Amino acid sequence: MTTAAQPFLSVDGLSVTFPTEDGRVQAVDGVSFSVERGKTLAIVGESGSGKSVTAQAIMGLLDRRLSVVTGHAWLAGRDIVAMSDDEVRHERGSSMAMIFQDPMSSLHPFYRIGAQLSEAVLVHQKVSKHAAREQALDMLNRVGIPDPKTRIDNYPHQLSGGMRQRVMIAMALINSPSLLIADEPTTALDVTVQAQILELIGTLQQEYDTAVVMITHDLGIVADIADNVAVMYGGRIVESGSVDEIFYHPQMPYTLGLLASVPRLDQVRAERLDPIPGNPPSPISLPPGCVFQPRCAYFDRVAGHACQTVRPELLDIGRGHRVRCHLDSGQRDQVASDVLAALAGGGV
Amino acid sequence: MTDASSNDDQVLRVTDLRTYFPVRSRGLLSKTIGQVKAVDGVTLSVAPGETLGLVGESGCGKSTTGRTVLRLIAPTSGRIELDGDDITRMSAKQLVPLRRKAQMIFQDPYNALNPRHTVGTIIGAPFDVQSLNPAGGVRAAVQDLMERVGLNPEHYNRYPSEFSGGQRQRIGIARAVALRPKIIVCDEPVSALDVSIQAQIMNLLKDLQDDFGVSYLFVAHDLAVVRQIAHRVAVMYLGHIVELASREELYSRPLHPYTHALLSAVPLPDPRAQASREQIRLRGDLPSPINPPSGCVFHTRCFRAEERCTVEIPELREFSAGHTVACHFPMLEVIPGAVIEGPDSGLTPQPVPYIRPPSEVISDIAESGSLARAAGVDYVEGPDTPVPQ
Ligand SMILES: Nc1ncnc2c1ncn2[C@@H]1O[C@H](COP(=O)(O)OP(=O)(O)OP(=O)(O)O)[C@@H](O)[C@H]1O
Ligand SMILES: Nc1ncnc2c1ncn2[C@@H]1O[C@H](COP(=O)(O)OP(=O)(O)O)[C@@H](O)[C@H]1O
Ligand code: SF4
Ligand code: SF4
Ligand SMILES: [Mg+2]
Ligand SMILES: [Mg+2]
Repeated sequence: MTTAAQPFLSVDGLSVTFPTEDGRVQAVDGVSFSVERGKTLAIVGESGSGKSVTAQAIMGLLDRRLSVVTGHAWLAGRDIVAMSDDEVRHERGSSMAMIFQDPMSSLHPFYRIGAQLSEAVLVHQKVSKHAAREQALDMLNRVGIPDPKTRIDNYPHQLSGGMRQRVMIAMALINSPSLLIADEPTTALDVTVQAQILELIGTLQQEYDTAVVMITHDLGIVADIADNVAVMYGGRIVESGSVDEIFYHPQMPYTLGLLASVPRLDQVRAERLDPIPGNPPSPISLPPGCVFQPRCAYFDRVAGHACQTVRPELLDIGRGHRVRCHLDSGQRDQVASDVLAALAGGGV
Repeated sequence: MTDASSNDDQVLRVTDLRTYFPVRSRGLLSKTIGQVKAVDGVTLSVAPGETLGLVGESGCGKSTTGRTVLRLIAPTSGRIELDGDDITRMSAKQLVPLRRKAQMIFQDPYNALNPRHTVGTIIGAPFDVQSLNPAGGVRAAVQDLMERVGLNPEHYNRYPSEFSGGQRQRIGIARAVALRPKIIVCDEPVSALDVSIQAQIMNLLKDLQDDFGVSYLFVAHDLAVVRQIAHRVAVMYLGHIVELASREELYSRPLHPYTHALLSAVPLPDPRAQASREQIRLRGDLPSPINPPSGCVFHTRCFRAEERCTVEIPELREFSAGHTVACHFPMLEVIPGAVIEGPDSGLTPQPVPYIRPPSEVISDIAESGSLARAAGVDYVEGPDTPVPQ
């Protein structure tokens, strides 16, 4: 058992490669982070940055024949990466659970939702069928399904998208896991329903003291719910820290570029946004130095072509803030204040 | 930028537009058993060089409005004027020359382009459809366009699968601007793109507008994107426009309770600002457009609803110059930090979405594909909203 001070999940040097016909895909490279119970870590990044593969590796959802996972993922002191398939399957659904963008990935289309929820209880708890159904009903009630007594006998297709998402959350949380990984759970939903779902996850997290890993590409969601943030790019964490550090003292050129790319609801921005040029890298042919170098506006400030040739380390710059960049601290501060000043100085 | 309401040189003028889809029973002797009122009395106009944003929740009728004004879907009633011509009842043949003036860009850059055509063929198709031979030839014109939208002209003979999502959207844009249309209906053109690519595409659309003076009817569910790109914004709910105002007005002085709710549901990428703002939580989902609520269509989810709202339909009326709202009790104040809850979802009629069998989806794609080709648009679009039963 863990004490409150220890992280519930501690990921250490996690790497995932897929041997494919086109070559070795290095989807995740040396990712480390930790989450305490009751806290939320947001993993943010563009598509292909390795967010989902990281989550799948922790959940033991990657097929061992098609992928190579190295490193450690300590769950309450036990390494999931070293566990057998059976052991991981047991943890999944009891001490850890995952929710997805598409609720139908967790729900069976041909079974009533009540039966699916009860089944989830019966696999992990020694209770009667009747008690399992009572738990299912209680859980549907908690996730805010109106008229749960009727809905419990519905099939998934009889529910709206938002309600299906709630049922999936009910499935994930019915055995009160201590770790919940949510992979873009609201990306397909309207903002109004998204707000309901995020509120629901927050409420249940408090109730069960759950450690939450929220995977998203939406910086608004990060600002709304995260305690800590890890920014991923090209399979690596390129910057991490508390939510305040990342939003108010960002240091890494990629994070700054993301902040400059998002249109704002609450601010007048310059007529033209200032986006990161080019496209995200392909994990088959990553650049040899800094993975962000081909899109970075500042690499020529670093002496000796280090950005093109040497992989930067994730450097601890204090206050729990880590940055992967060759710029020295003075240069980083300069770049950050230039970008943030340009953002604040926009104006339509 | 433009005073849209007073002059008559509008590129697009839509008056009291209605688009209803029949709902049929299943089986051999299928009968019409109801109507989906996807667009229910929409009035709007777009000035030259102007972008009108159209926002609202999924299923509120944004795409149907966009497609109906291009006559890709037949309107049930109302009037559509394109650059001064009434196109509401024109035949497909009569429409052909007018297709030069209006084009469309779709959301899904993955499914939108015909995978068997080269980029050159796709971008050059509008010249063929209109039997135009630009000076210097189609190939040169297409390569100019590719250059203009940020594609490498040497990739003229490549296929869509060889391009990234953002590049495919550039292909769609090049195709849409090929004949210098007066207006482009953009249906969620950046929704499927990563933020950095999304910003690149928004900049491109703005540059093209500056260069050619093209107007956009910009359909999107992302209110921050719309704030960045639109001059005026219309908010839709269940087939109705509930508020229409300049961008400045809409985002700083929203009047309709639904607009407030939508705005407050978007989380701000700023933790401190996010923690201290007005929060309105709508409960439940959008009611079914087959049986829309009586009176004000928003009353089942509205936190300000009173008796009157359930019986009397609020007219769209002008509150201040250019700012119209359809509400009996418009909101004049914002309460920072206040948490306002909508009615309990138990009271909300829950739609029961109907999952379409694959055969139906395929015939639908084929149909919109042929419509699109008839329109001189080389797109095949996948369905986005499930059709309720
Ligand atoms: N071909 C059709 N037949 C029947 N109903 C339809 C058809 N096309 C759309 N609808 C219905 O009309 C309503 C409006 O749909 P529309 O696609 O315009 O919404 P939208 O605002 O674009 O939504 P989204 O944000 O999901 O794209 C929905 O209820 C939809 O199910
Ligand atoms: N099963 C797989 N086989 C080969 N490559 C994969 C596989 N799953 C993911 N990848 C690749 O790994 C990279 C990271 O993917 P993913 O974690 O899904 O990104 P995201 O950050 O969008 O969630 C991508 O380039 C993706 O194409
Ligand atoms: S290491 Fe060099 S290329 Fe990479 S982000 Fe820093 S300055 Fe840019
Ligand atoms: S008319 Fe009534 S129900 Fe409709 S938006 Fe206004 S206050 Fe709400
Ligand atoms: Mg993913
Ligand atoms: Mg649509």
